[in-house]
Amino acid sequence: MIVAFIQRAVVQGIPLLFGSTGEIITEKTGNLNLGTAGVMYVGGMTGVIGAFLYEQSAETINPVLAVLIPMLSCVLGSLFMGLLYSFLTVTLRANQNVTGLALTTFGVGFGNFFGGSLIKLTGSDTPSITLTQTSNCFKQALPFADKLGWFGDVFLSYSFLAYMAVAIALIASFFFNRTRAGLHLRAVGENPATADAAGISVSKYKYLATCVGSIIAGFGGLYYVMDYACGVWSNDGFGDRGWLAIALVIFAIWKPSLSILGSMIFGGLFIVHNYIPNLSMSMQEIFKMTPYVVTIVVLIFISMRRKRENQPPASLGLSYFREER
Amino acid sequence: MSSKVNKVHEPLFHIAKRTGIPTWLSWLIRILSVAAALVACAVVTVILTGENPISVYATMIDGAIGTKRRVWSLLQNTAILLCISLAVTPAFKMKFWNIGAEGQVLMGGLATTACMILFGESMPSLLLYVLIIVTSIAAGAIWAFIPAFFKAKWNTNETLFTLMMNYIAMQIVSYFTYIWSVPKGSGQIGVINAATRAGWLPSIGGNAYLINIIIVAVLTVGMYVYLKYNKHGYELSVVGESENTAKYIGINVKKVIMRTMLLSGAICGIAGLLLVSGTDHTITRNTVEGRGFTAIMVSWLAKFNPVYMILTSLLLVFLQKGAIEISTIFGLNDSFSEIITGIIIFFIIGSEFFVNYQIKFRESQKGGNK
Repeated sequence: MIVAFIQRAVVQGIPLLFGSTGEIITEKTGNLNLGTAGVMYVGGMTGVIGAFLYEQSAETINPVLAVLIPMLSCVLGSLFMGLLYSFLTVTLRANQNVTGLALTTFGVGFGNFFGGSLIKLTGSDTPSITLTQTSNCFKQALPFADKLGWFGDVFLSYSFLAYMAVAIALIASFFFNRTRAGLHLRAVGENPATADAAGISVSKYKYLATCVGSIIAGFGGLYYVMDYACGVWSNDGFGDRGWLAIALVIFAIWKPSLSILGSMIFGGLFIVHNYIPNLSMSMQEIFKMTPYVVTIVVLIFISMRRKRENQPPASLGLSYFREER
Repeated sequence: MSSKVNKVHEPLFHIAKRTGIPTWLSWLIRILSVAAALVACAVVTVILTGENPISVYATMIDGAIGTKRRVWSLLQNTAILLCISLAVTPAFKMKFWNIGAEGQVLMGGLATTACMILFGESMPSLLLYVLIIVTSIAAGAIWAFIPAFFKAKWNTNETLFTLMMNYIAMQIVSYFTYIWSVPKGSGQIGVINAATRAGWLPSIGGNAYLINIIIVAVLTVGMYVYLKYNKHGYELSVVGESENTAKYIGINVKKVIMRTMLLSGAICGIAGLLLVSGTDHTITRNTVEGRGFTAIMVSWLAKFNPVYMILTSLLLVFLQKGAIEISTIFGLNDSFSEIITGIIIFFIIGSEFFVNYQIKFRESQKGGNK
């Protein structure tokens, strides 16, 4: 049972890991992208659209294409959202909170709208969006996973996107701490004016980080639909996971390596109510609150401790304009 | 960029902050942006439905104000959105990013629900109303005070704190919807006191929503006066402009933060009251329908001016209603309205750039190349 619990916690955690890694990369340049929830919806939905059109048009499903097409369309969808956000906040210097919330409104609306209307718009005769074939291609686990007992179940039973999420988080961690570009990126988030004076292109870093971050977050939506939900899109099924990903950023105190562990913990907290016997429906709702409460506790704790390496990027939420100093 | 610096290369244009802009010009820009947004929305709609644009607009207008019932519903929804926008405004003017209005409204609504369920039968109606008003205001205010306290004391990031408080509020409401559910275990409360109407806001002249609209109108005027003519309003705008300035001139910043958030939460509590007692007569975790977030955009688009907020909230609700009508008629999902709202807001957000900044093109030099 513990093995099954860990497995399910990880599966729950992976979308959050994608989302939070993307958001950390974005926030490290000082862009607080509250649109992550929307970006993840769009990433999931554009992936679904790509897969749906492919499944409808192709005679036989080629497994490589079935994975590549949704991934590519997911990248395009979330890239568009990232570009929109960066254009509005970096180029047009709009308020980040307002832009982010508008992005979420738009993104969630986009996901639910196409989720509810895709069949009608394409004029196909399927009753619901069920992409079982594509989902099976995505869920291809390592071939020897089930021969290794609990070890295989806990560590090797996931689909390639899950390992990709962990890899991306590790790469991001390495990038921030061990490369020059990562140092520049953090400098932009801490003090854009100084970074600008040092010859670092603030806009370039903000644009790149936000777009890359959005693409990574978009994969979270894709993973959710294709792997967790077995290719079945249901409206609002993704729920509040986007916001939970933002919570995870705080929980991981802006460190991608910590967010790997954090995402598993959050995933566990998210489903722990299913594993406590005799829990009434009402108490389950109380248990679902725990990730948010834990996040607030962490947030308060880091603000009380004032430890310098655990603080949010200093210019988080502020647009940068060179003439305003 | 290019590393060869033999010649000073002036960029094609550069951006400068405007020193001042005539009011008419700033409004012209905003109106143009709304017009452009409407065109963009029409293009999207036409692509999706294949209908001609004129009839799309006609459908939207019909959906928003086609019948008397729809007009009332439009006004009612505008009033609620406006109320929440008023609530978040003083906090934003102070640059305290309260994105927890969703949760504060829910807690206010929950307090109202609790009073209606627990005391609906046993208490005389006047006392019940007083109790509802006091508890819902208190609930909203407390929910807003918690993040404000930590912000004032330890400078805890309020954007993220208030955001998390939303979901805690939602879970608490979910918890109580199971506790009070009718029938037991269904997870839905259903219409409270349907027979006795205890704790329902009274309808005036047969119009159930009129009292909501009147309350919000009074609040609007009150907020306008508070922000413009009251010392508190002045203090919070100084804190918003520069915390250091506020400290130098002897404003107690911590006190202002906590006081303003108490006010913000209290008005959110009233919005919760209006939603539960004046509109739905029930509560679910989605009662607020994301208005807490939309309100932020309404308030920001109106430049924190309560009077302009009437216009912006009306515009957004009008578009939502219109878009829902379009999606109903063409058998599409009604999340269409969120897409439309998103597009409109993107355009207006973008237009602010042209209000605040100007683009100066490179002046062509005589005999210069290019």
